[in-house]
Amino acid sequence: MTTSWNQPPVLKVRGLKVYYETPKGDVLAVDGVNFDLFKGETLGLVGESGCGKSTAAMGILQLVTPPGRVVDGEVLLEGHNLLGMSEQALRAVRWIKLALIPQGAMNSLNPTMKVSAQIKDAIIAHEGKQANKGIKPRILELLTMVGLPGRVYDLYPHELSGGMKQRVCIAMAIALNPTVIIADESTSALDVVVQRVVAQTMLKVKDALGVSMIMIGHDMGLMAQMVDRIAVMYAGKIVEIAPVKEMFAEPKHPYSQLLIESVPSLKERKPLKITEGITHDPRNPPPGCIFQLRCPFVMDICRVQPPVMRETNEGQLVACHLYPESVDGSLINVADVARNP
Amino acid sequence: MGRLTLGYFLRRFSIFLVTIWLAATLIWIIPRLAPGDPITAMVGRMIRQAGYVENSDIIIEGWRERFGLNDSLPVQYVRYLGNLVRMDFGYSLAYFPTTVGEIVGRALPWTVGLLLVAVTITFFLGNFLGALLAWRGTPKLVKYLIPVGMIFTSIPSILAAIFLLYIFAFFLDWFPLTGAYKAGMTPSLSIEFITSVIHHGTLPALSVVLVSFGYWALGMRGMMITVEGEDYMHLARAKGLNPLYVLYRYMIRNAILPQVTAFAITLGTLVSGQVLVEYIFAYQGMGNVIFSALRNQDFPVIQGTSFILILMTALAVLIIDLIYPLIDPRISYERS
Ligand SMILES: Nc1ncnc2c1ncn2[C@@H]1O[C@H](COP(=O)(O)OP(=O)(O)O)[C@@H](O)[C@H]1O
Ligand SMILES: [Mg+2]
Repeated sequence: MTTSWNQPPVLKVRGLKVYYETPKGDVLAVDGVNFDLFKGETLGLVGESGCGKSTAAMGILQLVTPPGRVVDGEVLLEGHNLLGMSEQALRAVRWIKLALIPQGAMNSLNPTMKVSAQIKDAIIAHEGKQANKGIKPRILELLTMVGLPGRVYDLYPHELSGGMKQRVCIAMAIALNPTVIIADESTSALDVVVQRVVAQTMLKVKDALGVSMIMIGHDMGLMAQMVDRIAVMYAGKIVEIAPVKEMFAEPKHPYSQLLIESVPSLKERKPLKITEGITHDPRNPPPGCIFQLRCPFVMDICRVQPPVMRETNEGQLVACHLYPESVDGSLINVADVARNP
Repeated sequence: MGRLTLGYFLRRFSIFLVTIWLAATLIWIIPRLAPGDPITAMVGRMIRQAGYVENSDIIIEGWRERFGLNDSLPVQYVRYLGNLVRMDFGYSLAYFPTTVGEIVGRALPWTVGLLLVAVTITFFLGNFLGALLAWRGTPKLVKYLIPVGMIFTSIPSILAAIFLLYIFAFFLDWFPLTGAYKAGMTPSLSIEFITSVIHHGTLPALSVVLVSFGYWALGMRGMMITVEGEDYMHLARAKGLNPLYVLYRYMIRNAILPQVTAFAITLGTLVSGQVLVEYIFAYQGMGNVIFSALRNQDFPVIQGTSFILILMTALAVLIIDLIYPLIDPRISYERS
């Protein structure tokens, strides 16, 4: 299944804002996120820990729980806005259209239920009790698809390795052939070898079923091999979206540049470019650009005016004052000017 | 459902046997550490009551011989253990020809019955209310009302017993003051008798329930909140399952596990709390037997009742231990 760029996107996220209430004010965890997800596409969402990736995922899945709340925005799944839908209506959409592969930590599965029972309850919840007939071969087939032996059917989560648990989660996610799967750091907790194998399984299954996928992670290098497009997130906002090739060939946003320059490679040792700690208070972002405190190219305008998302070239969008629109509508690359004054 | 492995069963069963043996030994040692001699004390009491008892020295000597108190301690200990295995606790000193077994046999069903009812209600009610306190789907009003019902929590059960007795038995006269059934009735399976038993048992059971269900509710609420934060809860909700199904199969099912463990641990306290309550209500259970035995320094009865209470508690703990791997699949893999 190839990505259908010319059809309308299956998922449109517009102006999504999710805040956490704290005694010292709201944490603006997700603060106006926009992107499209096309049919059959894998979109990578990367950014350092705490930038709001999981919160964005929960916002899309409508699973934000207190102290968090969705403040504003639209999540259009095949044209229907999930925000403001009743819980009952949402339940009909969940898993059939929108599935989750959770963060690969140890406790994504209910410890007191057999693997089969946890796949079964999702199927029964949406297809009714009559789905019980022939459910065992169906679950066994799902397990086979993700490369698990049939004996896993009768096991409890604690009897599985981390990689096996993650495969169970993948099998669960594809049980109802959803439209969109969100995988939140689904491989981050695994060791490198297992990580790769599980990630490949995920992609293989995804391609076989033609689902669209949002793959969340913090590892730019791993992402590059897995996804079609990458969205770079920083402090609750997406700062750049581009197809993988463009992103790596010519990252536009200074933060994307830093992330990509920091990807380790065998051929050369690279100094770690990103400095930690000079981020702003997420409850009280500065006026202007959110990246100004860490940006090597910061300009006066960055301190007063937040940059808007612009398409610099085909499919590459960036929110940065380095790429303003000139009077005739073409883009001037201020970075070049800044580097060679 | 998990499974019960033979190794696990043997491990738990040997813990049970060791508990019983230690308890039996303590029960045997402690009275022997106390100053005085129960038989001299008893004859002394008879002398005080009757004014004079002929040949008291010979009586004392005869009884010492009869109760085997003249043998060496190891001999006494081994004989004692042998008797315990046969559930033979000897004769009551205070009601001489009656055996301890008969006295305990008469009292035990009442205590076990009351305890089963009170403790079952406490555990299920407490955990159920605790789960409701933490669940998001619970109506606000219920969340405000439950804590109001918990005002009695953690006051001693005797105080609750006295309070209930005063209000509902003495002042309002809704319930009888004492006894397990109407005086003069012969125990039978008739409706009248059963009604009378329930009528008499309500206040004692209520005193146990009132003071302890809040403890379970608070514990359960805490466990529910912990479970709420687990990753599998996100997944359960993302799957679009029925909220009630999520409540019992994902939340309560996992939150209850530590509560069951806590239940096994606090069972001893529950038993001793109830013994006091039985005494206040002059309920014809083990509580009363123990108190009159203490007053009379009736050592065999004290030993017998203590042993039976410990045996009962240990047995209950053993049963909970054996059920536990069935409700928590992770446990049968635990290595000691
Ligand atoms: N329950 C919460 N209460 C307050 N702040 C929270 C809570 N959960 C997350 N946050 C904050 O929201 C921001 C985004 O968190 P998260 O979405 O988990 O980031 P990521 O998944 O990218 O690591 C972080 O600054 C984090 O501290
Ligand atoms: Mg995260």
